[in-house]
This record gives sequence, structure tokens and C-alpha cells, in this order.
Amino acid sequence: MAELTYLQAISDGLRTEMRRDKRVFVIGEDVGVYGGAFKVTLGFQEEFGHWRVLDAPLAETAIVGACTGAAIMGMRPVAEMQFADFISCAWDHLVTVAAKQRYRAGTPVPITVRLPSGGGFSGGPFHSQNPESSFAHIPGLKCVCPATPEDAKGLLISAIEDPNPVLYFEHKHLYRRIKGEVPEERYTVPIGKARTHREGDDVSVITWGAMVYTAGEAAQQLESDGVSVEIVDLRTVMPWDKPAVLESVRKTSKALVLHEDTRTGGFGAEIAATIAEEAFEDLDAPVKRIAAPDTPVPFSPPLEKAFIPQVDDVVAGLRELAEY
Amino acid sequence: MAIAREAEPVGSLKEVREAGLDREDLLGVYRSMLLTRGIEERGHILYRQGKIPGSFYTGRGNEAASVGVATAMGPDDVGTPLHRDMGVHIVRGVEPWRIFAQYMGRADGPTKGRDGNVHMADSNLGLIAMVSHLPAMLPVAVGCALAFRIREEKRVAVGWFGEGASARGDCHEAMTLAGVRKLPTVFVCDNNQWAYSTPTHLEFATEHVADRAESYGFEGVVVDGTDVLAVYREAKRAIEKARAGGGPTLIESLTLRMEGHAVHDDAFYVPKEMFERWAENDPLERFRSWLRDNADMSDDEEEEIAAGVKKTLNDALKRADESPLPDVSSLTEGVYATPEDLDTPHHK
Repeated sequence: MAELTYLQAISDGLRTEMRRDKRVFVIGEDVGVYGGAFKVTLGFQEEFGHWRVLDAPLAETAIVGACTGAAIMGMRPVAEMQFADFISCAWDHLVTVAAKQRYRAGTPVPITVRLPSGGGFSGGPFHSQNPESSFAHIPGLKCVCPATPEDAKGLLISAIEDPNPVLYFEHKHLYRRIKGEVPEERYTVPIGKARTHREGDDVSVITWGAMVYTAGEAAQQLESDGVSVEIVDLRTVMPWDKPAVLESVRKTSKALVLHEDTRTGGFGAEIAATIAEEAFEDLDAPVKRIAAPDTPVPFSPPLEKAFIPQVDDVVAGLRELAEY
Repeated sequence: MAIAREAEPVGSLKEVREAGLDREDLLGVYRSMLLTRGIEERGHILYRQGKIPGSFYTGRGNEAASVGVATAMGPDDVGTPLHRDMGVHIVRGVEPWRIFAQYMGRADGPTKGRDGNVHMADSNLGLIAMVSHLPAMLPVAVGCALAFRIREEKRVAVGWFGEGASARGDCHEAMTLAGVRKLPTVFVCDNNQWAYSTPTHLEFATEHVADRAESYGFEGVVVDGTDVLAVYREAKRAIEKARAGGGPTLIESLTLRMEGHAVHDDAFYVPKEMFERWAENDPLERFRSWLRDNADMSDDEEEEIAAGVKKTLNDALKRADESPLPDVSSLTEGVYATPEDLDTPHHK
């Protein structure tokens, strides 16, 4: 085991697969000479050459579309969006071609699209978004959102290995802030399986990505109130681990769904609806959602802080549920 | 003023032989064109009989272009043909009965009733199924070429698009990527002069779509799309150039869409004289005359080919009509691929 940052774990996972499997290649803007905007692929071009670490023109549709073609020809492409926000430029391709090709034409499209997502550092409206719910809504796509370095590596390898288009949301705020033990060998973390980040008895928090840590800090504060909080780190938004969520909610009887994406139509709505449908009799309080307000992500620090759910917001939500 | 090269028509049998086709090949090309038109004509009848749900699209007038390009492709080359390119599927060897089954939404169509019209392809024949958003398949074709380049395989990807779709960003992005990386790609623009009801002068401001090729760093060629031999020759040149590492070519094949955009559209907006003028250059009649004048196609040969096509169509329709409708219990199957789905030659 080595202690790696979240970012190093992503690099490690990618490098592991590229060394093991010649079909894997990386394409994106500035991923080659520069090593990627966040340096995930630093040194990759030296190791794997110019034709497996391709600097692409600023053309997201061509990047993701070319991945689809290469994948159909037997490659295992990994596209990097410089920021998750720019995936909107390739939305059409992912949704129209990649997502539907298996169902309608029987052709699998094993591509991975890496999406540096999330806010917390004044990236503004176009460098901070968490667009996972838009893609989770599209049948045929998978969406993973690792929170820990160990999951970052294992889920990336699973994404590359998966025979479907997988959107890999890597939270930028975790890149260098979060460190953890990561096995040196190759391993996978199954897509669609949640992880219990913290065990508890009184309230369940269902969350993913950077919000796992926000929930963790809030849970610690609640400990002094004698409230025991369980945190379910979803890890995969599509397909999501419904049994794990329902099991936790049945145990605690109270659920708080937390995400950094905006509220209306966010993936938390799906989770809350499912809990209401399938675990209504087990609930001792209405399901609560905490999410960003329905605005673009603002730039200025106080505005952004008010936008992204903070520890205090989660603490207040948990107290409310605990006292219900 | 045109920038792209304007291809000359093909003259003699000698010239055709030099381009790689012998007399048997030529008769095969003629047969493929007849079969292409026959399938779409029969499709019209099926539609009028109420046997085709939704709408119905054909490529009447584009048979020479689609068959010509596909004939120039090698067995390991791949392509992303569109809704005017039935001839590509025919040349690559799709069984006609499966096309009719596809039209009728039957379980034995290539998409098992999950998509309609020419939204189909047999990946074993090196084709990738199109989507309605045009030209979304161009970046996909470029990606195939990228895979060939990475693996240093001598294979070529052919990507089709229409002159209308040339307005969209996918076209620009795909050509940019193919151009900077000199990928083994041939872009084929089916310029049938009408994007639904919109004429070319409202779609692009250059004289030819192919004029744009120079700005992407490769050659553009305009060819008469009713001349199957000229299309074949230009496609062959472009494909072999790409195979040899010479990078992409943009071939613009000029035709007229001889029907409406789809079966519901009577194309009232196309001037009658325009239809009449292009009808004189009907690609099938043009090639038939050429074969008689230059390759001594006899009455017997012509009749034999026509009879063979007719029998194929009759048999295909019968077999397709016997194909069941899809079982609704299959509705939610196969949204996601399984690892076993990757058990194909491409993914080994």
C-alpha cells in the first residue's frame, strides 16, 4: 500500500491499465506534452508515446466521437474533458450515439470519459459544475463519482474495463486535498456498489463525491449531540446501489440526501423518490434533501460558499431530522 | 470560384480496368445498383400497404454514388453510411430480407425492431449504424481511422454526410482531427442539393462543399454522382491514398435527390425542370447504356441480372414478412452491454 492523493490514484489507475492493455489510449486537450490541465497524465506521453497519449484539437465532439469509433474497432479509449463543464459540447454525441448504440444496433461502446468536476475554488459558472444527473438520466450511460483515492483507482480501472460508455466524475476539490492508502497492484471497485463511509444508527446520509467529506465533518459534530450518523457513499450514480441505500434507511429510519449539484432534478430527487416509494413504512421523518440552489455556480467566494452545501447546512439538516 | 478538383468522367473500359474493375465486377456493380433501387421501390409499396410504421426514406438518384464508393472499399475497411446510402449495405453484403424486416420493425431486422429505416448496419460487414443527427457519424469514422493508425493497420474508414449536415460542427471537428493527424479517412459528401426543402445556397456559401477540404489540409474532389465509374475511380484513389498514409480526402458526389426528403414529402419546392434535367442522368440508365456501349452487355445478360434481382426481392419480401414482430418482453434488454458482447474479433 502506498499513500496517494486522489489525483495520484487516478493517474496510477490509468497508468496501470495502459501498461497492462495496449488497447487503452488517452485523448484530450493538453493531455500530452502538458500532462493535462490538472497533471493527471503527467509523464504519460514519455512512457506511452504520442499515439497513445494524444493532444486533441479543441473539439470535444471529435474527441468523444473518435473514442466511440476507436472503441467499436476494439480499442479502450479514455477521453479527458479538461473540465466536466465542457462535456456539454459532446453531450449530443454521448447521448445520441454512444448511449444508444448497444440497444439499437447491438454494438458495445466501451469508452471512458474523465470529467474533472465540482466547485470550491472560484471556478465560476463554467469550471465548477456537477453534471452527473443529466447523464444518469440517459439509458445506456454509466456514471461513477469516486470519493476516496482507493475508489478513484479501482473505479477508473472498472470504467475502462466496462463494455459501456462510462462517465468518470473526478472531483477537483479532492485532487490534492484527500490522501489515502491505495493498493499498488491492479484491482477493481465494482460499478454500482455503494460503500459505507461511516456507520451509524440514527440518520442516514446518502451522498457521493466531495460531499462525502462534508457529511463526514457534519457527522462528527453530531456525535457530541449523541446522534449517530451513517454515511452511504454511493460511489456510482448510475447504476446506483438501491439495496444498500434502502438497507441503511431501514436501519436508521431517517434519510438525508446530499449533493453538490443543483436541487431540482438532481439525482437526489431520484433517490428521495425511491426511498419514499420503497421504504415509506420504515421512515420516521420525511426524506430531506440538501443540494445547491437552482442557480449557475457563482464565481465570487462568498457567493460560491453560499451555493455549495457547507458543513453547517448539513449539521442543521441532520439536527432537524434527529429531532423530528 | 471552385478550389476543389472537378473529376473527369470515365471514358473507356480500359480506364476502368486500370482502376481495378474487370467485366464481371462491372456487371456486379450494375446488379448492386438495381438491387438498391429495387429494395427502395419495394419499400415504397410496403409503405403504401401500411406495412412500414413511421416514415420511409430512400436514396433514389444516389445509387451510383453509394455503390461506387462501397465497391472501392477493401474487405477490412469500415464505413458509416447514411440514409441515402443503401447501396453501401448491398455491396458489403447485407441480406436484403433483413432490410425489409428492418423497414417493417420485425424481430429479424438488424436492429430487432429497435430502430427503423436505414438506421441499421451489420458490424460484421464493417459498417456502423447511423443515427438521425447528421453528421454525427463523421467523428465516429475518424475514431475508427484513429484506431487503425494507432495499431498501424492498413485500413481505411469512410464517413458519409450530406451537404445539409456539412453545416454542423461535427463535420468541422471531425475533419479538423482527421486533418491534423492525417488519419486514414475518406469523407464522402452526398450532395443531393436539397436538405429537406433547403437548397444548397442557403446551406453553404462556397461553390462546393469539397472546397472546404483545403482548409483542413487535404484534397477535395467533386465528382458527378450519377457516374458510378467516376465515383468508383475517385473513391479508389482516395481510399488507397489514405491506406498508404497520405491522409484524408473529401469527395463530394453531386446528385439530385429524386424524391422528397421522405415518403410524406412531395418535394413541391424542387423545380420541375430540375427533376427533368437530372432524370436524363439517371444513374442506372446511364450505367446500363455504358455497359452496352463499352462492355458489350447483351440482352441476355441484362435480362438475367434483372430477373435475378427480381427473384432476390420477391424471396426477401416473403422471408421478411414471415419474420415475427419483436417480443415486448425484450423491451428492456440490452440497454447496457455485457462483457460477453465484447467477444468479437475487434475486441480480442
